[in-house]
Amino acid sequence: MKENKNTRVVVGMSGGVDSSVAALLLKEQGYDVVGIFMKNWDDTDEFGVCTATEDFDDVVRVCNQLDIPYYSVNFEKQYWDKVFTYFLDEYKAGRTPNPDVMCNKEIKFKAFLDHALSLGADYLATGHYAQVARDENGSIQMLRGADDNKDQTYFLNQLSSDVLEKVMFPLGHLPKPEVRKIAADYGLVTAAKKDSTGICFIGERNFKTFLSEYLPAQPGKMMTLDGIEKGNHDGLMYYTIGQRQGLGIGGSGDPWFVVGKNLEDNYLYVAQGYHNDYLYSDSLVATDINWVQPDQIEETFTCTAKFRYRQKDSEVTVTVKDDKAYVAFKESQRAITPGQAVVFYQGDICLGGGTIDEIIKDNKALQYVG
Amino acid sequence: MEAIYLDHAATSPMARGVAEAMIPVYEEIIGNASSVHSFGRKARQQLDASRQALAASIGANEKELIFTSGGTEADNMALTGVAEANRNKGNHIITSIQEHHAALHTAEKLEKQGFRVTYLPVDEKGLVSTQDVEAALTDDTILVSIMYVNNETGVIQPISEIGELLKEHQAYFHTDAVQAYGLLDIDVHAQNIDLLTATAHKIGGPKGIGFLYANEKVAMSPIQFGGEQERKRRPGTENIPAAVGFELASNIVMETKAARNQQYEKYKQILIDTFTESGIDFGINGDPEKTVSTIINVRFPGANVEALLANFDLSGVAASSGSACTAGSVEPSHVLSAMFGSESPVTTNSIRFSFGLANTEENVKEAAERIAGIVKRLTS
Repeated sequence: MKENKNTRVVVGMSGGVDSSVAALLLKEQGYDVVGIFMKNWDDTDEFGVCTATEDFDDVVRVCNQLDIPYYSVNFEKQYWDKVFTYFLDEYKAGRTPNPDVMCNKEIKFKAFLDHALSLGADYLATGHYAQVARDENGSIQMLRGADDNKDQTYFLNQLSSDVLEKVMFPLGHLPKPEVRKIAADYGLVTAAKKDSTGICFIGERNFKTFLSEYLPAQPGKMMTLDGIEKGNHDGLMYYTIGQRQGLGIGGSGDPWFVVGKNLEDNYLYVAQGYHNDYLYSDSLVATDINWVQPDQIEETFTCTAKFRYRQKDSEVTVTVKDDKAYVAFKESQRAITPGQAVVFYQGDICLGGGTIDEIIKDNKALQYVG
Repeated sequence: MEAIYLDHAATSPMARGVAEAMIPVYEEIIGNASSVHSFGRKARQQLDASRQALAASIGANEKELIFTSGGTEADNMALTGVAEANRNKGNHIITSIQEHHAALHTAEKLEKQGFRVTYLPVDEKGLVSTQDVEAALTDDTILVSIMYVNNETGVIQPISEIGELLKEHQAYFHTDAVQAYGLLDIDVHAQNIDLLTATAHKIGGPKGIGFLYANEKVAMSPIQFGGEQERKRRPGTENIPAAVGFELASNIVMETKAARNQQYEKYKQILIDTFTESGIDFGINGDPEKTVSTIINVRFPGANVEALLANFDLSGVAASSGSACTAGSVEPSHVLSAMFGSESPVTTNSIRFSFGLANTEENVKEAAERIAGIVKRLTS
């Protein structure tokens, strides 16, 4: 093993408190730390102002506080090609994509990792709440972040052990409040900076307005599954399965929810009641399957799964066949959304995950979902 | 590991003796040069002595020299000041697409204000052509602004030729000579230059001071407002210690011009020879026959500036690329885009190395070896 001072760790720094503290902890452990800011999106306005400028400025100030070198790298083109194009394609297909999963897979832990390695880095570190550990055979596994509320393995499900071999998550064992406290105790300029929310390239802007700049909206009819017209929708891409807000259907009785999309006729299907039967399913098929430790996955096994970020785990039985995972739920699930990730866990170990492709109920794929 | 500075075109260390010469000015010349008392007069005396020496360095007279905060302000003043004051004579400005942003962005601002601006192209060698200037001239043209030496490629532009061309035309001729001053012989009157920008920190002087030479015949509006300093053309209390530092740095570079050029050419050759011997793939951007001794712009096919610059820095070699930095990331250079087209890989694989006081043959050799090693690793 190299000594820490001879081990170069490139930290992906966003200008937020998490990556700032990640860099701080590594520096305190004596590593040869290099901070790198990654610019993936250009949101420069008419006055030449862009959020990246301010974020980079915070990176500069933190790195100077820590006395570590800092650089930046531009992946706008790669991000557009690999993440944003996928994002738009999924919406066009009536699904709800997860660009963060794709960004981790294609940009942060691929293009950015390669860049870090080209700078002579031994490891790439990020401020993600996840942990890397070795199992008894010495093989690398990924564990949930210790802070249950912040665990980000859901977004990291596409990473494999050979990538994780070169990755450090210095915050994985810490609860978020502790991270803030470390930042404050050290006087980091980002200590009180607000956490970023939402999809990074949309930021605080209105999602609908943003999407309409890239995809033509095609308004259509809102229907019940029995074919009763309930009003108009603004474009199928603006809605997600299980959504209640923004439908504008009044009247008596239970509230209305989105239960399906008919791309062919451009209908948005709606039904009444949070627990409406149409929102429930008993299994799903996932594609783009990644296993962190592929050699340890059996053909059929039981484990727990998350179908969206921050959801509680549910028990499932997974059958792996032809690059797909067939996932049967122990208890029926509400509002499973195609395009989102399904991520599998064995206790605290994140096994991997995939993209939700088909949703099944009573052995039949739900026609208007997915 | 010794850190080696090959970025003198960005800014240079102060020449020996300059800081020392400034300290007594800070301590002893305490008056405001505009004040009507002995302290003020003493300050004015010192300021005018520096002004005279600096004006003489380009063959100008002292009334033609306006102190500014640096090159950016001087470029801004030349373009905006001339455009505003001469609108009655015409509405057209000629410049080139490879100008420093201090001039380029000012031209763009003037365009928004209703002036018509022609941005001349450059050829693959990094040169603006005098014929293009001629072709663009109209009766409406009031200003031509072409940089003397490009800051990224070091390519020397045909300034005397353009000066000659404009002799009989109403248009004033401005040149940003920030990268030429102290290396090339400049005589503004003989070369028919009406306005010229220079700055102290590129020649071993202090940061924060520069000058704009403006021929007495040039009509120019101020761009800042306040007192009546600098013959009402540039308000603000004069920075006399910096003027003294600028004067001394200028005296030094003027006296040592020939020897330094010779030395820097040698450094350039060391770089080229080391790269050649190492077997790495590289090429030189800009006409090598028409480049100043201090600057060499090198492309490394198969590499990329972000990785190159960070690796150079991590191994103690300071260089640069492009001129614009947005959020720290290096945008493709507008100069190399102008020469090779914006899609050319040259715009994202080229590095500018620039020599100066911090260099010796030994440290240039050492840097060249480190650079070659990194390029080899990144492109193999």
